[in-house]
Amino acid sequence: MTTTISPPTALSSVPAGFDTAAFEAFLATRNEPGWVSDRRRAAFAVYQAKLGAPLNPEEWKRVDLRAFTPGQFQLGAGGASPAQFSTLLEDRTVFAGQAFHVDGAGVFDRLDERLARQGVLFGNLADLVREHREVLEPHLMTRGVRPETDRFTAWHAAFWTGGAVLYVPKNVVVNEPLHSLIGLSAAGAADFSHTLVILEEGASATLLEETASASPMAPGLHIGGVELLVGRGANLRYVQLQNWNSQVWHIAHQAALVAADASLQWTVAGIGAKLAHLHQEVALEGRGAQAQVNGVTFATGRQLLSYYTQQTHKAENTCSDLLYKDVLRDHARVVWRGMIRVDKAAQKTDGYQRNDSLLLSPDCRADAIPGLEIEADDVRCTHGATAGRVDADQIFYCMCRGLSRYEAMHMIVEGFFHGVYDRISVEAVRETLSQAVQRKLGIGL
Amino acid sequence: MNSLLKIDNLHVSVNGKPILKGVNLEVRQGETHALMGPNGSGKSTLAYALMGHPRYEITDGRIEIDGVDLVALEPDARARLGLFLAFQYPVTIPGVKVADFLRHAVSNVRNPDRKEGEGLIPMREFRKELKARMEALGMDVEFARRYLNDGFSGGEKKRMEILQLAMLRPKFAILDETDSGLDSDAVRVVSEGLARLAGPEMAVVIITHHERLLEFNRPQSTHVMLAGRIVENGDATLAHELHDQGYAGVRTRHPAIAAEETVEKTEEALVAKA
Ligand SMILES: Nc1ncnc2c1ncn2[C@@H]1O[C@H](COP(=O)(O)OP(=O)(O)O)[C@@H](O)[C@H]1O
Ligand SMILES: [Mg+2]
Repeated sequence: MTTTISPPTALSSVPAGFDTAAFEAFLATRNEPGWVSDRRRAAFAVYQAKLGAPLNPEEWKRVDLRAFTPGQFQLGAGGASPAQFSTLLEDRTVFAGQAFHVDGAGVFDRLDERLARQGVLFGNLADLVREHREVLEPHLMTRGVRPETDRFTAWHAAFWTGGAVLYVPKNVVVNEPLHSLIGLSAAGAADFSHTLVILEEGASATLLEETASASPMAPGLHIGGVELLVGRGANLRYVQLQNWNSQVWHIAHQAALVAADASLQWTVAGIGAKLAHLHQEVALEGRGAQAQVNGVTFATGRQLLSYYTQQTHKAENTCSDLLYKDVLRDHARVVWRGMIRVDKAAQKTDGYQRNDSLLLSPDCRADAIPGLEIEADDVRCTHGATAGRVDADQIFYCMCRGLSRYEAMHMIVEGFFHGVYDRISVEAVRETLSQAVQRKLGIGL
Repeated sequence: MNSLLKIDNLHVSVNGKPILKGVNLEVRQGETHALMGPNGSGKSTLAYALMGHPRYEITDGRIEIDGVDLVALEPDARARLGLFLAFQYPVTIPGVKVADFLRHAVSNVRNPDRKEGEGLIPMREFRKELKARMEALGMDVEFARRYLNDGFSGGEKKRMEILQLAMLRPKFAILDETDSGLDSDAVRVVSEGLARLAGPEMAVVIITHHERLLEFNRPQSTHVMLAGRIVENGDATLAHELHDQGYAGVRTRHPAIAAEETVEKTEEALVAKA
């Protein structure tokens, strides 16, 4: 469906780019508590220091950033007219709360009154750092996303614009999912949204997040951060559906910490963007922690979609299970570099990672590089990667049943993704992903 | 009017190697034919060529339905004209549910002008029909929700082929060794199922080595292939004879063609050694 959102007013005082002048002008518009500004200043210093430093080649070697010119993008570049976003999730289900951000500014949020009374927080980070310091200060970029990691994390920590915060107190169960929409509207706008989810012990929640562009051609920049802090025995399902237009640069550092006996189901979908690089790490911190990671990627045209995933087992009896499936067409390129790390203490670990790529054209390319680093001796870790073309016999078989060549191909593509959909417990997500893929395939248009 | 499938002087090569060397065959809607012949004589090649498999190159001859030349048509267009092949080795399509697959197939074949993305046959009507057909074939209706041939036993795959035939109701159905690899109960179910489906609207070409399928579906005509040609035509008694006595007699009656068969075998043996 289409959602019309009034955009934020432009902050004309912030110049384009991310130099010191831009940073100071940006800070001046924020009016934030001292602890927040102090952290920004510290991060900005790291950012400046890291700008000249090389990036970790293991993570960045295959990501060509030569055409990337951050100076063309601007914070606070709100537009004049209401923006229309064709959201994929909006109509799928009943949401307990919604938070919308456009061009880096929070434009709307709501939360069911009943949940608010139970102490659940859901809204815009920019507001909540003022109102709930006690909840946010210990967690905001201290444990999950660490600013000093590289230039992108530091850049994000210095300039974060807002983003969805979900806090669920001890033993509170939120049954209906929450919805977050991150939009880009004005040409050249930058979004530095930060998603922060904190589940206290025994809490349970589902957050469905999607990114969208209001116009098909407006260039945009997303330097994002996601932190999922899943407390002891808590249960989180988090989805991020990246569905920008093909002119957006998307670089995000996303980290989950899963405590003892907690479980996380994390689904990422990469549909849009000109270039996307996702650093996705899951740390299993307490005994019995579990994480399932699902990836659905469909790259076409000249898109480059890159993933750097880490599953780190830090405690005994932890389990991680990652399955990524990519479909590529045209000249698209997908890179997946995955790593399972098992600390010495993490005996009886069960780690799994797998990436399957389906190549629809001769000029696309998929690189999948799994890896294991295991220090414990009593573990079960397996990994695998496959890449293949659509099987001519499958196409022929489908065509013998009256399906056109394209219909056959599309059916095989959808079937390929079903291997991931089947793992996702939220029906609305399965349907949304399937629809997003169909749209991109051009079915029914 | 009864439709006519006409195969005229059909020559087919695979990887540049001639396999079919002038096949002639006419099949009318409503008829049942048996196509027999030793392994490697070209039966599956004929079936694939009829459906338009891209690896089977037609170097000469024609395939027509009611005067419409099929040779230039894609397999889906042939299916929409009423041609159907039950595969000797059905293909697995992971992640595609039997019901979804068949709903698309049925929609296209019943509405040959349908384009991708256009309306499908109504769900309720489709489900009802599918359920009835599955029950008639003694299939668990749960199969509709499974992925097409994924993890199916040999027998389940063959039954799935017959289910598709039942749903698509083609004018011309070719069954390529649908009865092989089945236990006798399954052969009976498939044979009876086919007999119930066959009628004035459908022609069936049964490729088989066994008798059972032909007992329930008595052929008007039996054709015998040898080294890429149809060398003998007869009635149901010919099928019976071949089943009892094998192909030695056929080879004796057609020594020149049988010689081609052995030459091929020798060539293969030489290639294998080299
Ligand atoms: N895809 C193929 N590639 C190479 N050779 C083939 C292929 N299909 C059939 N042939 C050859 O064509 C001949 C006929 O095979 P086939 O049509 O399968 O016979 P039948 O079904 O009667 O057993 C055999 O010599 C076989 O080796
Ligand atoms: Mg055969």
